[in-house]
Amino acid sequence: MNWWWGSVENNHKLSEAILLQRLICIKQDVTLTESEWELLLCQARSASQVARLAYYVFEKSYFSVPDYIAKHLSSAQVYFESQSRIVCWELNLLALAFQKLQLPLVLLKGGAYAAAKLDASYGRIFSDIDILVPQHRLEEVKNTLIWEGWFPEKLDAYDQQYYHKWMHELPPMRHIDRETTLDIHHNILPQTACSYPDAEKLYANITRIGETNFWMLQAEDMVLHSASHLFLNGEFENGLRDLTDMDLLIRQFSLQIPNFLQRLTIRSRELSLQQPLFFAFYYCKTLLRCPIADEFIQALSTHSVQGIRGRIMDLLLRRALMPDHSSCDDRWTGLARWLLYIRSHWLRMPVYLLVPHLLRKSWLRLTGEAKH
Amino acid sequence: MSYKNSLSSGQLIIQMGPFRVRVQSGIPSVIEGIELLYSDYPILPGDGFADYIVRLSQPHGLRHFWHKQVLFTFDQFEPFKPLPFSQALPFFEWGLNWCISGFAHQYLIIHAAVIEKNSKALILPGFPGSGKSTLCAALVNSGWRLLSDELTLVDCVTGKIVPVPRPVSLKNNAIDLIQQTFPQAIFSETVHDTSKGSVGLMKPLASSIQAMEQEADASFIVFPQYQNNTPLSLLAIDKAEAFMRIADLSFNYPVLEAQGFNVLGRLIEQTAIYHFSYDGDLLEAIKCFDELVVG
Repeated sequence: MNWWWGSVENNHKLSEAILLQRLICIKQDVTLTESEWELLLCQARSASQVARLAYYVFEKSYFSVPDYIAKHLSSAQVYFESQSRIVCWELNLLALAFQKLQLPLVLLKGGAYAAAKLDASYGRIFSDIDILVPQHRLEEVKNTLIWEGWFPEKLDAYDQQYYHKWMHELPPMRHIDRETTLDIHHNILPQTACSYPDAEKLYANITRIGETNFWMLQAEDMVLHSASHLFLNGEFENGLRDLTDMDLLIRQFSLQIPNFLQRLTIRSRELSLQQPLFFAFYYCKTLLRCPIADEFIQALSTHSVQGIRGRIMDLLLRRALMPDHSSCDDRWTGLARWLLYIRSHWLRMPVYLLVPHLLRKSWLRLTGEAKH
Repeated sequence: MSYKNSLSSGQLIIQMGPFRVRVQSGIPSVIEGIELLYSDYPILPGDGFADYIVRLSQPHGLRHFWHKQVLFTFDQFEPFKPLPFSQALPFFEWGLNWCISGFAHQYLIIHAAVIEKNSKALILPGFPGSGKSTLCAALVNSGWRLLSDELTLVDCVTGKIVPVPRPVSLKNNAIDLIQQTFPQAIFSETVHDTSKGSVGLMKPLASSIQAMEQEADASFIVFPQYQNNTPLSLLAIDKAEAFMRIADLSFNYPVLEAQGFNVLGRLIEQTAIYHFSYDGDLLEAIKCFDELVVG
């Protein structure tokens, strides 16, 4: 891949993270020492990937593991299955509420993967359910869901106004008995972002999941949503999980939908999301060996960050995508995550909003009133 | 045997039943406590695999100048807020309970003590204040084998009880009571003012540690109740009710779904189940339990 960003540090210590290699969807011979297996388990725990490894080992037989690892994978699988059952039950209750609203229940991310039983759903642990509703019906949806037991979380006046004015979602709603959290989106990126897609275009192409009462974004939009979430939102705690999601989505859709990568590229142009798609293609291919032909990456490369800034982005992203575990960190990792966090805000908000917002957050953190 | 160096460098791996636990700490009370309480446990090579990696350390920051604290870390994750420094050793035990109960769904895990005599395991489920640990300590000092004081592990496949013997955690008056009744019992230094009051950890007998690979069949479930001025009584209770109470006391019954229901159902069917009330007369209680497993 020397045509872009010059010589990519393929042999960088970070890209050899012991977990990353195991997340590549190919049959592999794995011989590790006991302490390396221990490290793999630790990295997988910190990246919430133990259950996904279980899927790769037990269902896909990509590699085999010693008994002492198999025990932990099975345990994570049991936990994953119980989480799936809880999510499934929640989704059914939500579908009932949406029947009353006469609105299709459009699931995003993990909820959609689970309902459609996509490969990306296996071993993917998540706690919040994300849905998409048209902006003009937000209030109505919120008021109906309150009667079903979902209450908006209490926020102070600033946060409430912040959500209301600038965000692409309502403040999270929590179910009063079951304590599940629901995020209601009216778009996939905030209204303040420099490129934010037209939600009606997303809505116009939703597809029904089989014979169920669930809907999801069309395949291309699902990948674009995941890509913009990861590469524009600056939250990398689940970065590696999100990357493996995209890897699995692209692999599966490429087999099921003719010319999928081409359609995906065209769609990214329609929604002005070429840059996040470029990053998704580039890292799925270089880190997880996702079968994406170079021509697709090259076609999008003009939308990436160019020159020295591009090189810097690559250095930052490679670090931020690794498991949040000290064994994957070098001395730049902390700085990289921080710079990407600032960048995500930069992309999402104009400066006159950004500076007071970050100052307020720093103040809260310094005075110990907030953790994040 | 000195564990100090291996503990400080994170090279100490202790085998506790089916689990290998890597402990790292430079805190004197933890080093002394582990040297005292875990001296009979198998120690594994430090470069081998460990299921759980736990660390007890002082948190960073300026706070330790006026208020020393201790932090429990599970690998690199901090599941709890720091506690006062003096509670480091009990914190190790509580933290380890959390690790086991959250990441070992190959077992149905019940909040109960479990002991064995004549190849018959007896489960003592514990509501706080029921006197579960007191009874457990008394019985293991009178010839019963300790399988666990806090976590009863039921293998989901075989239905057998898998021992994970660890120090018995006694609280408040129970510490003196056991020390007076069984002067040979070995205790760590009592830690006062914890969220559970004063806590003393009693060392398990070497014989229980040597037998920790021997799984056992559960024969009895006894719900203890400590009550002043009541005569000792042992009354059979309804199995359906016992099922619900145990499900309630289990850490992962809902996680195991149908498997949890089946494993617990089998356990309830194969055991005799009683309600036991006593007024703190341990010798009388031991006699009563011994009679249960005769013949």
